[in-house]
Amino acid sequence: MTTQTILPVNAEGLRQLSEQRQEPTWLTENRLKALELAASLELPKLEKMRIERWDIQNYGSSKESAQLASLAEVPASIQELVKDQESGSLMIQRNSGVVYTKLAPELAEKGVIFTDLQTAVKEHEELVKAHLHTAVQADEHSVSALHAALWNGGIFLYVPKNVEVSVPLQAVFLTDDEEATFAPHILIIADTNSSVTYVDNYVSGDSTKAVTHNGAVEIFAKSGAKVRYATIHQMGTNVTDLSYRRAIIDNDASMEWIVGEMNSGDTMSDTYSILKGNGSTSDSKIIAVGSGSQKLNYTTRANHFGKSSESQMITRAVMREEATAIINGITKIEKGATKSDGQQTEKVLMLSPKARGDANPILLIDEDDVKAGHAASVGQVNQEQIYYLMSRGISREVAESLIIYGFLAPVVSQIPLESLQKQLQAVIEGKLGQ
Amino acid sequence: MATHFTIEGLKAEIEGKEILKGINLEMKGGEIHAIMGPNGTGKSTLASALMGHPKYEVTDGSVTLNGEDVLDMAVDERARAGLFLAMQYPSEITGVTNSDFLRSAINARREEGQEISLIRFIRQLEAKMKELDMNPEFAHRYLNEGFSGGEKKRNEILQMMMIEPSIVVLDEIDSGLDIDALKIVASGVNAMRSEDRGFLIITHYQRLLNYVKPDFVHVMMQGRIVKSGGPELAERLEAEGYDWVKEELGIEDETVGQEA
Repeated sequence: MTTQTILPVNAEGLRQLSEQRQEPTWLTENRLKALELAASLELPKLEKMRIERWDIQNYGSSKESAQLASLAEVPASIQELVKDQESGSLMIQRNSGVVYTKLAPELAEKGVIFTDLQTAVKEHEELVKAHLHTAVQADEHSVSALHAALWNGGIFLYVPKNVEVSVPLQAVFLTDDEEATFAPHILIIADTNSSVTYVDNYVSGDSTKAVTHNGAVEIFAKSGAKVRYATIHQMGTNVTDLSYRRAIIDNDASMEWIVGEMNSGDTMSDTYSILKGNGSTSDSKIIAVGSGSQKLNYTTRANHFGKSSESQMITRAVMREEATAIINGITKIEKGATKSDGQQTEKVLMLSPKARGDANPILLIDEDDVKAGHAASVGQVNQEQIYYLMSRGISREVAESLIIYGFLAPVVSQIPLESLQKQLQAVIEGKLGQ
Repeated sequence: MATHFTIEGLKAEIEGKEILKGINLEMKGGEIHAIMGPNGTGKSTLASALMGHPKYEVTDGSVTLNGEDVLDMAVDERARAGLFLAMQYPSEITGVTNSDFLRSAINARREEGQEISLIRFIRQLEAKMKELDMNPEFAHRYLNEGFSGGEKKRNEILQMMMIEPSIVVLDEIDSGLDIDALKIVASGVNAMRSEDRGFLIITHYQRLLNYVKPDFVHVMMQGRIVKSGGPELAERLEAEGYDWVKEELGIEDETVGQEA
């Protein structure tokens, strides 16, 4: 079946918008080309789910967002996330544009660039041009094409050679106007032997009208660089979240993904490490809680090209009420990627008879001299365990929540940032209705 | 109030099969009762039925603790009322640390806002673990996960010591323990003996009873208590086995499902 993509904007409108923003010509042309692709390409194929039936046409139009003079002006919905961040490096995107940008002076001195992507295309044109849409490409399907045509706001983070950033940089993405396009693009380049941690949150306001988030994350970890990317998506039922995250990892570089899938609306996410370099490593931890009648499709991928490259992928998902989750893990080892090691685990805990979970571990191995392994399980809360906890006086409710947190704990406890652990814990509690 | 635990005419079944066929037992605070008997006679079923394991259905009889109807309570209510079962096969629970679990159990007995302070809890926990010769690291391990058989049993005793219940049922706490561990477990039990606490020790063997002296010994066969006596009964069973009891009562097969 072919589904015609309804374009939220025509070519003329897109050109005008790009020109208004004074974007370089190559970018305007890229956007227009991507828009054409969006009209001709198919939707992405999701494992065991039909994205055609999802509500994913709600792009609205690009709207200006008022700048925030200080953190005192942030909307209530994100106050908690940005408190104590007056002196830290923080960016806030509200709807179609970035409204607050702050880079800690000590990082600026070291040559770190942390700015919105729309500014970066002008001020750091060569760097952006060489990387933008080279990891998540416009011609993959209509969603990536639309993203390339429409992206707005966004983050550009560049860490120069040998610079080690110890304090995490933070970004918050807020959609609270359903008429505004919400399509941030995150571009992170960690140059040779640098290291950086970046943390972001995706939040929605009170609106109940449908919004589509079409986002992409591209990360380039150059030789010997260490990148840690943590993201928590906690948008409401009105937001359909389509997120592509991809990292290209060079020789001896390492990538760490920490993803909290805590949305209340339908979500498709694809977190993909391309282990290009020899000795490159990737570690993905995905924690998910589904509720209501959410449809969720989470994919983690590791594609090994480099010799002695290592990947580890862990997904733990709790499904309650009538939520349905399809969880895919794809480890692919290419011919020539000798001595590589790819491991993955997907576990789903279902809390109600109507919740559904499906874990699909896939190993595609084209090289003999490798190690690879997978484990997957889908199950319900063990009643013997509940009995045991209750026999010590613990109520059924508390017993269940202990077991649920226990199920997630082996992954949550490995999250290296204490503040993020706490934040995630709080979001999980909220999602579990406790 | 003096602890008073009464079981009257208790019958229970699992998946439609009757296992307990009318158990009568009365215990007071300060008393230690032992239930002995060969395998398959319903001893562990009694323990599970008292605690309220969902697989066992009580079909008749009553159980009261200080006049309160135990059978009417959910599992957690029974525990909070003072009942404790040290299980033969405790569950392993990944992700829940031993200390988080114990603190939840203690706080479940306290009013909101009256939770035990962390410092006080840790002090208590460390002291009790030392008494049981447990590695302090076990506090931070996931509940029973990767514990050896003996470590699990000690952990059950640790829970008993922390929770301080009024009626303690020990289900084969001695199985799988070497003699040193057995002595430690026994001294843990002895340390907890008190005028307002009763113990029901379920075991096949006399050997635990060498270290924890029972006041009353009951023999269970075919889902009933068929003989009761003092500590001398346990000694005779140890020396002569169960055959003489069967002979005396005219029992051919002592397991449940066989009638005399």
